[in-house]
Amino acid sequence: MLTLPTVLGVVVAVFLLIRLVPGDVVTQLIGLEGSLPRGRVEELKELFGLNRPLHVQFGEYMSKVARGNLGKSLRTGRPVGPELVRRFPVTVQLATMGLAIAIAIGVPVGILAALRRGRIADYVATAFVLLGLSVPSFWLGVLLILLFALRLGWLPPTGYISPAESVAGNIQHMLLPALSLGLVLAAASTRIVRSSLLEVLGRQYIRTARAKGLWESAVVLRHALRNALIPVVTVIGLQFGTLLGGTVIIEQIFALPGIGRYALEGINLRDYPVVQGAVLAIALSFTLVNLFVDMCYGFIDPRIRYE
Amino acid sequence: MASSTLASATSNWTPGRRAGLRTRLVRHPSARIGGVLIAMVFFGAVMAPFLTPYDPIQIAPPQRLQQPSRTHWLGNDLYGRDTFTRVLYGGRISLAVGVLSVSLALLLGGSIGAASGYWGGWLDSTVMRLSDILLAFPAILLAISLLAFLGGGFWNVVLAIAIIYTAPMARVARAAVISVRHEEYVDAAGAVGAGDARVLRKHILPNAIAPLVVESTLRLALAILAEAALSFLGLGTQPPAPTWGQMIAEGRSVMTFSSWPAIGPGLAITITVLGFNLLGDGIRDALDPHVHDS
Repeated sequence: MLTLPTVLGVVVAVFLLIRLVPGDVVTQLIGLEGSLPRGRVEELKELFGLNRPLHVQFGEYMSKVARGNLGKSLRTGRPVGPELVRRFPVTVQLATMGLAIAIAIGVPVGILAALRRGRIADYVATAFVLLGLSVPSFWLGVLLILLFALRLGWLPPTGYISPAESVAGNIQHMLLPALSLGLVLAAASTRIVRSSLLEVLGRQYIRTARAKGLWESAVVLRHALRNALIPVVTVIGLQFGTLLGGTVIIEQIFALPGIGRYALEGINLRDYPVVQGAVLAIALSFTLVNLFVDMCYGFIDPRIRYE
Repeated sequence: MASSTLASATSNWTPGRRAGLRTRLVRHPSARIGGVLIAMVFFGAVMAPFLTPYDPIQIAPPQRLQQPSRTHWLGNDLYGRDTFTRVLYGGRISLAVGVLSVSLALLLGGSIGAASGYWGGWLDSTVMRLSDILLAFPAILLAISLLAFLGGGFWNVVLAIAIIYTAPMARVARAAVISVRHEEYVDAAGAVGAGDARVLRKHILPNAIAPLVVESTLRLALAILAEAALSFLGLGTQPPAPTWGQMIAEGRSVMTFSSWPAIGPGLAITITVLGFNLLGDGIRDALDPHVHDS
C-alpha cells in the first residue's frame, strides 16, 4: 500500500512549495503591497516561522497539519480549515455530477460504438471522442453559458444556490458547470469503453455465451461489459484528477464557492495559508480517490485480492 | 503497458523498417489529417505578418466589437483589434510554450526515467516515489500553484508546464528502457566492454525512443491546453501580447455584445489540440503493429 507514503509526500511537497519560492513569501507579499513597515515584515516572518531553521518549521507544520490546523487567512483572518470544510461539498458535488454525466454518456456511447463497429454510430462516436478530447473545458463552459444562458435563457449563467435552500435551484446552477467538466471526461470514457469492449467481444467465452443462446443484451452486459470494466475504472479514476483540477477553472467561470475558487482567490491575493490548505485538500482528495479506485478492482474482478 | 509493447515492437530498427514506418505514417488517415492541421496552425503563426494587414496589439476604438465581415473574418474585440489577426499571432505563444515545455520535460523526464530504468535499485525506488507524489497533484493545480509562487510570464509558464509533465515522461522513459535493457544486443554491448553511458546512448535509447515520441506528441496537445487554461486565469503571458486563453477570458466579458472574440481563439485551440491528438494516435499506430483498435 503506497498511499500513506504518497500522502506524506504530498504534505511535504506543499510545505516545500511555499518555502522554496525565490526570496520568500514575505518578499512576494511586499512585492504585491508595494512596501511594508519593517515591523510588519518581521511580524509576517514570525507568522510563517521563516526566521526559524527549516527542520523546526517542518516539525511545527506537521504537528499543525496533523491536528487539522491549517492556519488563518492573511486577508480575512478566518481559519482556513473550517472554510475548506464549508466549501468542500460544492466541489464534491461539481466533481460527482461531472463524473455522473461522463459515465451516463460515455458508457452507452462506448458500448454502441463497439457493437456497431465500422458503421455510422461508430464514426459519430469517434468524432465525439476526438472533439471532446480537444476542446478546453473552460471554453466549453463559456460556449454553454452563451447558448443555454444568454441565447436561450434556460439556465442561469453563474452563481450558486445551496441544496438546503432549493434543490431545483441548486441543480439548475450546477448543470452547466458539471456539463463543462463531464462532456470532456465522457469523451475519454467513450474511447476506453469502446476499445476495451472490442477486445473482450473477441474472446472465446463471448462466443460460448452466444452459442448457448443467451440474449445479446445478456452477453454484452453480463459477460462482456463486466470484464471490460477494469481499464474503464482505471481511466475514469485517473481522469478524476483532471476533473478535480478542472474544478479550479470551472468554479471561477461559474462563480461557484468551492475549494478550487478559494485556491485561486488565495493565489491572486498571495494568501499563502489559503493556497497551502486548498492545494493540500485537493491533492489529498485525489490520492484518496485513487486508493478507492484500487479497492474497486477487487469488487469488479474477484480474482484480484489484496494482502 | 503500451510503452513496453511499442519499445519491444520497434527494437532492432533497420533503415528498411524506418522507411516502412514513414510509409505507414503517411498512409495513416489520422496522422495525415493531424499533420495537415498542425502544418496549417504553424504556417498561420509563423506567416502571420504576411497573412493579415492588421496589428495584433494596436487598438482601434471605432471598430470595437464589430461582427465578422469580409475585412475582419472573426470580427473585432473590445478594443477594436482584429480577432483573426490576434488568433494568428496568439498561436506563436501557444505553440512556443507547448514545444519548449514538452522538450524540457522530455529532456528532464527522459533522462531521469532512462537512468532510473537502467540502473534500478535505490535510484529507481526514489524516482518512482517522487513521481507518485508529483502525480498526486492534479496537473493544472500544480501548474497554478507553481505560478502563484514563480509569478506569471512566458518562461515561468514553460517551466511550470515542463515540471508537471516531467513525472509522466520519466515513467514512460523508464518503462521503455526496462523493456529493452535485457535484450541480447544490450548484453553483447556490455560484454565487449562498452560503458554504461555508451550502452544507454548507442544501444538502449535509439530502441526505446518510440514511446517517448508518441508521449511527446500527445503531451504537446495537453501542454497547449494547459497554457490556454493558465492564460485564461491570467497566469500566463501578460497582455497586450495575445494568447488564446487570455483572448477567451477577454471575450467572455463581452459575450452579451459579440461572441466572436471568445469563439475564434477557442476554435484555434481545438484545431491545434485535435491536430496533435490525431498525429500522436497516428504515430502510435504506425509504430505499434499490435494496435489496431483504438
